[in-house]
Amino acid sequence: MSDISAPSAIPLPRLRPWLLLAVPVLLLVAYLVLMDNGAVSQTGTFLHELMHDGRHLLGVPCH
Amino acid sequence: MVRTLVVRGLLIGLLAGFVAGTFAFVFGEPRVDAAIALEEAAAAAEPEPASASAGEAGHDHAEAAGHDHGEAAGHDHGEGAAVSRPVQKAGLFLATGLYGLAVGGVFALVFAGLRGRFGPRDDGALALASAATAFVAVILIPFLKYPANPPAVGDPETINSRTALYVVMIIVGLAAVAVAVATARRVTAGPWQRRVAAGVAFLVPVVAAWLLLPAVDEVPEGFPASLLWNFRLASLGTQLVFWTAFGVLFGWVSDRVAGRPALSPAPSGG
Repeated sequence: MSDISAPSAIPLPRLRPWLLLAVPVLLLVAYLVLMDNGAVSQTGTFLHELMHDGRHLLGVPCH
Repeated sequence: MVRTLVVRGLLIGLLAGFVAGTFAFVFGEPRVDAAIALEEAAAAAEPEPASASAGEAGHDHAEAAGHDHGEAAGHDHGEGAAVSRPVQKAGLFLATGLYGLAVGGVFALVFAGLRGRFGPRDDGALALASAATAFVAVILIPFLKYPANPPAVGDPETINSRTALYVVMIIVGLAAVAVAVATARRVTAGPWQRRVAAGVAFLVPVVAAWLLLPAVDEVPEGFPASLLWNFRLASLGTQLVFWTAFGVLFGWVSDRVAGRPALSPAPSGG
């Protein structure tokens, strides 16, 4: 029952570069927004303070 | 194709992030302000000058009150640039927008991988099902174990372990979905057998993690229960608004794009 009317799957070789390059960048952005306390961004607690309300209200542990 | 999906995910994520930010601003910020007011009152009531204190309790309070919340705190720990409350409220939209951007991009790539392989056949239904599943796996399951906390709740000394535990719960939620899907694909007895098997397969890792991972309860003595409840509701609501807006918009746009050639066979040139 799997191949009738199924939209054509995007072949893995075409997905691979995106998964290898874009996903780490996007996850880094998410990390900086949600969790960084200076270790990665090297901005001290600036990112933490700037994203403070968002972290609390998006539900991640803030402090 | 992939790039189209990623751009769609990024833009719709950004938009849904601003929608969720607006919800958080209206329903969440009053609770954040109330919690900060309590935190500052508690810090003000602290007898010892916190900056000079080397004691355990004094240090904790200095951290909790001092590293944050700009004006009233006063005990900035050196490199931490103080960000005032109005800027933090603007930062809310920056945070939810960037969160939406990042999550939207990842979602689009997952969607690209699922399409034609797993789940509903039409893009709109797949977008809705994926967004709903993502909300449950990445938001609801971690929330049930480690619910969101307002300022003044949570010991700064344990932030790293709490963050790690939170990430573990996200991984557990995603793994539970993978296990459930794999199980559903193996059960051929009938639709209800398949659904029940998938549900049980989902619950086993979630319940196991819920029981095995350490509890976190750092609500200070006397913190108002109603404020905690309202804050947590606003926080979960923010994520629900985000994932609902994102799933609906992504599905809607995908269906419109997919439907365009069928509706107007001659592609409009310009």
